[in-house]
Amino acid sequence: MSRTTGRSRKAAAATSLFVAGILALTACSAPGASTTDEPTADGDGAATAEGDWTCGTDDVTLEAYLETGFPLSTALFEEFEKQHPNVTFDVREDQFAVITQNAPRVLADNPPDLMRLPQMSDLVGDGLLYNLDEAAEHFGWTEWPASQLAQMRVDEDGRRGNGPLYAMGKNYSMTGVFYNTELAARIGMTEAPKTLAELDEWMQKAKDAGITPSNQFNGGATGGLAFPLQLLMASYGSVDPINDWTFQKPGSRIDTEDNIKAAEHLKKWIDAGYFADDINSLDYSQMMGQFIDGKSLFIFNGDWESGNLDTQMAGKAGFFLMPPLEEGGKVGAMSAPLTFGISSKAANPQCAAFFFDWIATNDDARALAVEVGGSHPMGPADAFMPEVDPESVTGQTLSAGATIAEDNGAMEFIANATGAIYAKSWTPNLQKLVAGDQTAEGLLQAVQADYESEIDG
Amino acid sequence: MTQMRTTGAPGRREVAAQASTSLEARRRALKARRLRRGWAALGLVVPAAFFYVLFVLRPLVLTVQYSFYDWNGVGASTFVGAENYTRLVEKPELLGSIVNALELIIYFSFVPVILGLLTAATIRKFAASRLALLSRTVLFLPQVIPLVAAGIMWTWMLATDGVVNELMRAVGLGSVTRAWLGDTSTALGAVGVIGAWVALGLCLLLLLSGMTKIDPALFEAARIDGAGAVREFFAITLPSVRQEIGVCVTVTVIAALAAFDIVYISTQGGPANSTLVPGLEIYYLGFFSREVGQASALAVVFMALVLAVVLPIQRLTKEED
Repeated sequence: MSRTTGRSRKAAAATSLFVAGILALTACSAPGASTTDEPTADGDGAATAEGDWTCGTDDVTLEAYLETGFPLSTALFEEFEKQHPNVTFDVREDQFAVITQNAPRVLADNPPDLMRLPQMSDLVGDGLLYNLDEAAEHFGWTEWPASQLAQMRVDEDGRRGNGPLYAMGKNYSMTGVFYNTELAARIGMTEAPKTLAELDEWMQKAKDAGITPSNQFNGGATGGLAFPLQLLMASYGSVDPINDWTFQKPGSRIDTEDNIKAAEHLKKWIDAGYFADDINSLDYSQMMGQFIDGKSLFIFNGDWESGNLDTQMAGKAGFFLMPPLEEGGKVGAMSAPLTFGISSKAANPQCAAFFFDWIATNDDARALAVEVGGSHPMGPADAFMPEVDPESVTGQTLSAGATIAEDNGAMEFIANATGAIYAKSWTPNLQKLVAGDQTAEGLLQAVQADYESEIDG
Repeated sequence: MTQMRTTGAPGRREVAAQASTSLEARRRALKARRLRRGWAALGLVVPAAFFYVLFVLRPLVLTVQYSFYDWNGVGASTFVGAENYTRLVEKPELLGSIVNALELIIYFSFVPVILGLLTAATIRKFAASRLALLSRTVLFLPQVIPLVAAGIMWTWMLATDGVVNELMRAVGLGSVTRAWLGDTSTALGAVGVIGAWVALGLCLLLLLSGMTKIDPALFEAARIDGAGAVREFFAITLPSVRQEIGVCVTVTVIAALAAFDIVYISTQGGPANSTLVPGLEIYYLGFFSREVGQASALAVVFMALVLAVVLPIQRLTKEED
């Protein structure tokens, strides 16, 4: 009996020692406190703003954290290294979803000089991004069309559109409708539809001819029907309320009358069988593979694929903007810079800013942005543009970009309104819409509710 | 004799004294040996214990701690008490994933155990032949394939133009074909099939090894008594492999409840959250919504649930021993 007690006493002592050890290891202070104690971006970048905003002449290694699968960055790095031999890029690549989840910790713990950014207002709130206001002043970015930089400005309340500049674009992208010209010819479509009703007709004709009108991706955590939905929103109404919503302007709503009509139009397409049966299990790469293989007439996508389609479907692909309700009406498109930021703790922020400026102003870099990236470069409105075959997909998307600029129809992606709204709200609700478990109005109301609960924290 | 005994044999007290010295020495030697063994054991245990504390217990304690805070993973945190737990009850959609996990137990655990039993009982009969070796290898193969690879492979096979649907069309079941992983009504089942396929090999091997230990005389006796294959299975095979069944059920139930990789690769929780499991929900809450406290609270509740399911299974197996 006494032995047992002795043993249990020993065991108790060992256990308490053990627990004490673990508690000591976990250092029971409030989580995150140490991070906030460290100096982070002070909002004016004053600590690192001295110097000449170049990469100097000493050897510099720029740490870059990028999205895999896009050759533009590599092409730009190689060209920059050629022109500035003292600079070397140390590149780490991941899928965009991985970058999205890693962003805060990477920016805090392993600060890169250049990083492809996901939704960025949360990152600014935590003081993780370098303030580029002085760079913008120094390089004259403030003279560029203001709309190019607006999406990368974040005010002190975490709302985008105004405030200090916290990121830069490698180029700015634009979305619309790609189509397979051979399949189009088979149903008699020789030119782009001018109204939404015409687009509806072509979809029906394709379906009647046994061609899948669209195999838009909508599987996994990436609801690709957000693309046609937002384009339809622009056809039915103005882009301003949509931008207000994505920029988190107080009181803005996504379930407006116009947007409900747009969602109902999308639901009509779904019910009419214009999308492939398995879109809820199709991912982005499967959609692209199938489109390139000629398995669908349309896809709703962005000009970042223009260069790729010019290579893989030379002469067999075309592009048009989502048509308006009435011929000659205003058009809209999701258009956003391919956003890159600098960690507030980066080693070479000025060299990184110089690289941003070089991309927008150097002729060779601008040529790469168009030819490899397929999108319009950032920079002044009258800056150099390379010669592009107007018949190529890249040529068509570039001229469509000019139309959007004229109509002032650029919208930020509704998927980027908050950090989790795409994976946790748009995607499941769009998938429910396909499965018949959600109505058009219910979809927008559900997203609005999630949006409000996320913003209110 | 008596003299001899008195002179030759030592007195009782002397014997006691000698015995106590040798006993003392033995005890001391034993203690020293124990101590040496103890140090050796400690030397062996400490490195493993260190890593266990660092990578298992420390995160566990931290998770419990985080669950009482509102924290985005980077900035400052606020102590919120049990709010993260009450929100789990107030927002039932957060617990919805647990229902999916419980449903997955049917596929990840029951199906492979039952199929494993039937297959093992069949293979046992020709255990020495090459066919048995081949079947064992083929059925065990999924166990050594990384789950991610299995997930990708099955995603292809279950696609609309994948081999599963092609086979169905070939046998005239064209009307049943669909995007198995893209249909809200079939996605969870399709993910379950992948899990069952992976778990079958382990269960088969465990059960088969249990069955080979059964005394063949028992089967002979049963046969003499006129028992058929079914009777033989229920009367001899099944009771003899109770322990193995216990191990299989425990391992596969934990696999079902902790499922992450297969689901992440094949559906990412979609379509429309129909395959969302707690592991994935915790990951989304922690990394996408950046609600580390809420994710931790769900993780703690989920851990309690896993224990609540697994401990009774353990006890049941023990009692049967």
